[in-house]
Amino acid sequence: MIEYAARHSDKLLSATLEHLEIVVITLLISLVVAALLTVVCSYSRALSRALLNLFSMVYSIPSLALLALLIPVTGLGRRTAIIVLVIYNQYLLLRNFLAGLDGVDPGVLEAAAGMGMTHMQRLVMVQAPLAKGAIVAGLRIALVSTVGIATIAACINAGGLGAILFDGLRTMNVAKILWGSLLSAVLAIGIDRLLAAAERRAR
Amino acid sequence: MSTAIAFNDVTKTFPGANGNAVDHVSLTIREGEFITILGSSGCGKTTLLKLINRLYEPDSGSIVLFGEDISTVDVVKVRRRIGYVIQQVGLFPHYTVGENIATVPRLLKWEKDRIRARTDELLELVGLAPDEFRDRYPDQLSGGQQQRVGLARALAVDPKIMLMDEPFGAIDSITREKLQDELLSLHRGMGKTILFVTHDIEEAFKLGTRVILMNEGKLLQFDTPDAIIRAPADPFVQSLVNSARAKEQFWENYL
Repeated sequence: MIEYAARHSDKLLSATLEHLEIVVITLLISLVVAALLTVVCSYSRALSRALLNLFSMVYSIPSLALLALLIPVTGLGRRTAIIVLVIYNQYLLLRNFLAGLDGVDPGVLEAAAGMGMTHMQRLVMVQAPLAKGAIVAGLRIALVSTVGIATIAACINAGGLGAILFDGLRTMNVAKILWGSLLSAVLAIGIDRLLAAAERRAR
Repeated sequence: MSTAIAFNDVTKTFPGANGNAVDHVSLTIREGEFITILGSSGCGKTTLLKLINRLYEPDSGSIVLFGEDISTVDVVKVRRRIGYVIQQVGLFPHYTVGENIATVPRLLKWEKDRIRARTDELLELVGLAPDEFRDRYPDQLSGGQQQRVGLARALAVDPKIMLMDEPFGAIDSITREKLQDELLSLHRGMGKTILFVTHDIEEAFKLGTRVILMNEGKLLQFDTPDAIIRAPADPFVQSLVNSARAKEQFWENYL
């Protein structure tokens, strides 16, 4: 196993970087989309319930199936993988963001409205900062889930650590299987630690 | 003196409730009055208050502040002209005391120096030393201190009307007495129009220049404490006055 790593260190490194790239792009897009959806949902309880139901339904579709479903529309490759990952993340992020906003003390919200804050001022100045814990928690869950599901995206030619993993499976190469899973675990834990540190810092 | 607040046949019903929360209420409040609104829970007193800063909208009737029908004014503007103090206080836990007080001035984009000066002035006014309290967070204050900050925050842009919804309801009785006295002297000094909701008859009669008595959404009597005690307009008012008397009797037994 060590031998394999020594021989193919460049391959492992580039796969890890590729994987990281998919994860980072996915998270950035997911975050923007989820933030927009959260703002929209903050205006209507009915809409937020409907959207959450929709995303939870989509979330229950196995990733392999969802990837396959999108191939005729967006083709093979990284783009499709990122779209699928962003869709999955919406359930995790939106649910946590909305729960965070809902968890803010109603007395505080009433005071904010009563003193003449607009809906957006209240959301940005009061609700979002007070929901920080839930927001970061959502991000961390989405992150770990993205690192995991991104490996599966290799089966539609998205590259990354999944490519090594699936190669290993196909050829029964244990070193490849182990390195693929090990590195993706390290990636997930590493970024999670990073976010945890950032969370402590922001407090 | 000019009319500060006028209700013209105002009714508000909440969906699913039987009966009106506020039932055909008409009343006029002059500038500078200290009005207390008294009634038991669910009588519509808080609803009456929230109709004034448009946290609730009436189903019929109109509310006029200083000659202006509030339904024709932008809701945010209406609220920024009115000070609002609630029982839960609702200080922003992520803001310091100073930042809490400065909330509306900052929304109105006052200059920094002016905000700073105003914040300190208000802290003095509510009896909190600015240097000691300005940079504290709400969770480092006692309940009484928090409500002082809540009051200072509501006074920030010098609103002509103050709405207070059981502001001392969750505060121990010694501190409450003190806050009541201070509020009275504040009122004398500033000439603001205050509407103060309470379910405590002694508080209502001690603070109010006039008292609104409500039950089941209806205005039963609106008069000076003296006149109400001498001539209760309604059996419900009579029973309220009686209950206060009974309480007094209780203490007199110990004299």
